[in-house]
Amino acid sequence: MDATLLLGLYRQMALCRRFEEAAAKAYSQGKVSGFLHLYIGQEAVAVGAISAAERTDYIVATYREHAHYLARTGDARGAMAELYGKASGCSGGRGGSMHLFDAAHRMLGGWAIVGGHVPIAAGVAFASKYRDEKDVTLCFFGDGTANMGAFHEGLALAGLWKLPVVFICENNQYAMGTPLYRTLAVEDVAVRARGYPMKSEIVNGDDVLEMREAVRHAINRARRESKPFFIEAKTYRFRGHSVADPGKYRSKEELQKWMERDPIRVLAERIQKLSIATEEQLHAFDDEAKAQVQDAVEFAERAPVPDPATVGEYVYA
Amino acid sequence: MPEPRVLSFREALREAMVEEMERDPSIFLMGEEVGHYNGAYKVSEGMLERFGERRVIDTPIAETGFAGVGVGAAMVGLRPIIEFMTWNFSLVAADQLINNAAKLRYMSNGQFRLPIVFRGPGGAAHALAAQHSQALEALYAHVPGLKVVLPSTPADGKGLLKAAIRDDNPIVFIESEVMYALKGEVPDGEHVVPLGVADVKRPGRDVTIVAWSKMVHTALKAAETLAGEGIEAEVLDLRTLRPLDERALLESVARTHRCVIVQEGWPFAGIAAELITLIVEKTFDDLDAPPERITNLDVPMPYARNLENEVLPSAERVTTAVRKMLGHPEPSRRPAVAGTGR
Repeated sequence: MDATLLLGLYRQMALCRRFEEAAAKAYSQGKVSGFLHLYIGQEAVAVGAISAAERTDYIVATYREHAHYLARTGDARGAMAELYGKASGCSGGRGGSMHLFDAAHRMLGGWAIVGGHVPIAAGVAFASKYRDEKDVTLCFFGDGTANMGAFHEGLALAGLWKLPVVFICENNQYAMGTPLYRTLAVEDVAVRARGYPMKSEIVNGDDVLEMREAVRHAINRARRESKPFFIEAKTYRFRGHSVADPGKYRSKEELQKWMERDPIRVLAERIQKLSIATEEQLHAFDDEAKAQVQDAVEFAERAPVPDPATVGEYVYA
Repeated sequence: MPEPRVLSFREALREAMVEEMERDPSIFLMGEEVGHYNGAYKVSEGMLERFGERRVIDTPIAETGFAGVGVGAAMVGLRPIIEFMTWNFSLVAADQLINNAAKLRYMSNGQFRLPIVFRGPGGAAHALAAQHSQALEALYAHVPGLKVVLPSTPADGKGLLKAAIRDDNPIVFIESEVMYALKGEVPDGEHVVPLGVADVKRPGRDVTIVAWSKMVHTALKAAETLAGEGIEAEVLDLRTLRPLDERALLESVARTHRCVIVQEGWPFAGIAAELITLIVEKTFDDLDAPPERITNLDVPMPYARNLENEVLPSAERVTTAVRKMLGHPEPSRRPAVAGTGR
C-alpha cells in the first residue's frame, strides 16, 4: 500500500472536515451568510474521486462542493474568503458557498439548481471529444437529482454520443429531508444508468480507497474508449441539509450507525493497522489541517469586501 | 458594382452560419432536425452535407439536455449554435438559459465567457394555437446576462447572426417563422451588424413607430397608409432588445414628439411597457402626447384564424392609434365596390 498516497488522502479529508467545521462556526457567528451545505461525513467521495483524476480533467459539482473545490485546488483561503463574501474569494464574493469556481484548475462550479449541471458536464465532455482532447469530466450530484429531467437528459445524451464523462452520484440517503425510500422507486440509483446505456458500479463511498479505485477505473475507460460511466457512492451526511436544518427527520440510532463508518476514522484505522503512521502522527496531520483552516479564516476576516462600484462588472463579457 | 443579391430570410441566416463555421472550427450547430432532415424550417438546409455530422448535430427531443450541453461546451471554449425548433420549446430549457447561461460569468467573477447562440423561430405563425404562438422576448430580455436579438430583414438576419456568433455572451436570437420566406437584398461576405444598434427603416417627422422582428413590417405598412393621409411616421427597428439602443429611441422620439410601440406579445410587463417607462423618464418634456402601445391582447393565442387576427397587432390598430394621437380624423370608409364580393 502506497503510504504517501494514503497520508495524502487523509490530509485532504482532514482539511475538508476542519474547513467545514470552521465554516459552520463562522456561520453561527454571522460571518458567513446565505445557504451553507456541509459535506461532513461524505469526504471520501470527493477526495477519493478527485485524487483519481488528472489535474487536467474537469470537475462539475453541486452546491455542496467545498470538498470538491478543496480537493482540486487546495485553496482554503480562496474558498473561505468566498464564504465570507470577500473580494479575495475564489468567485470574488459574487458566488458564495454554492458557486465555487476556479477556471485555471478546471473546477467548473458550484451549480445550485438541482440537475441542471448534469447536461453541462455532458457538454464539457462533448467539447473534449469534439476537439479530440483526452480530458475526462467528473460530474458530482446527489441522490435527489435522480428524479430530475435534466439528469435523465444529460445521461441520455452522454450515452447516445459516447461522451467521456464519469457521473458520480453521492447517495447520502436523503433528498434534503426526505429519505430515499420515499422518493425513489428503486433501491439503487445506479440501475437508472443501464438504459442510456452506461456501465455502473455501486461503491462504498465512505471508503476513500474503494472510491478512488472505482473512479480511476471509470476515468481510464472514459479516456480510452470515450464512454460515460456511472458510479453510485453510498454515503451519509452527518449534518442537516444545510446548517439551518437540525435533521430531525432521522433517528439518533441511524446517525450513530453511519457515524461508525466515518470515512476519516475508517482511513485512520487502516493507516494505523498498516503501520504507515501512528495515532500521534495522524493527530499532527489534523493539527496541520486546523492550522491551514485557521489561516484561511484569518485571511477571510482580513480580506476586503467587494468594491460596490464593481457590482455591474461581469454581467457581460 | 456587383449585382444586388436577393436572398430569403432563411437563406440569409444560413449564409451567416455557413460563413462563420467556415471561418472558425470551434462553431457547431446542434438541435432537433438540423442535420439529416435539413432543418424543421430548412434554415440549415445543406449544412450537414457541407460540414458533416461532427459539426451539424441532430439531437433527441431533449431541450434542457442539449441546451445544457451547449452551455458546458461554451464554458470550455467552443462556440455552439443551439437551434430550438421554436422558442416555445425553450421553456423546458429555461433553467439552462436563465439559471445557468445568464449567471455563469457573473457568479464566477468573470472567470468564464459563454459564447453561445440560442436561435430559432418565435412568435405567432398561423393558427398554431396557444402553445406554439408565443413571443417570449420580454421574458428573456428581463434577464441580465442574456442578449436578445430579433432581426426583421434578410440583411439584418445575416449581419446580426454573424455578430451574435462572434459575441462572447449567451444570445437569444429570435427569428420569425412567417418571415423565413421573406426576400431582400443581402450583402455578400463580411456583413456584420453590431448588436445594440437600432435602425431607422423609414424616416419621418410626425410620430415614431417602434417595432422589432415581424412587427417592423406591420409598422411599415401602417406608415405607408399614414403617408397617404399626410402623416410622416418614422419606423424605428430596435433589432436588439438587450442591449437596447436607448439613444436612437430617445433621439427619434424627441424629434417626432410622439411614439407608438408595436409589440407582438402580451402587454403586461412587456417590452413596450419598459420602453414607455424609459421615454417618460428621459424625454418627457419632448412629448406632445402620451406614448401608446399596440400589443397582443392579454390572452393565450386562440386557434381560430379570426380570433388570432383579433389578438395580434395589425397595421389598422397602429394607424388608428396614430391618427388619434395626432388628432386626425379616421378616413371615411369607402362603400364596398360592387362585384368584388367584399
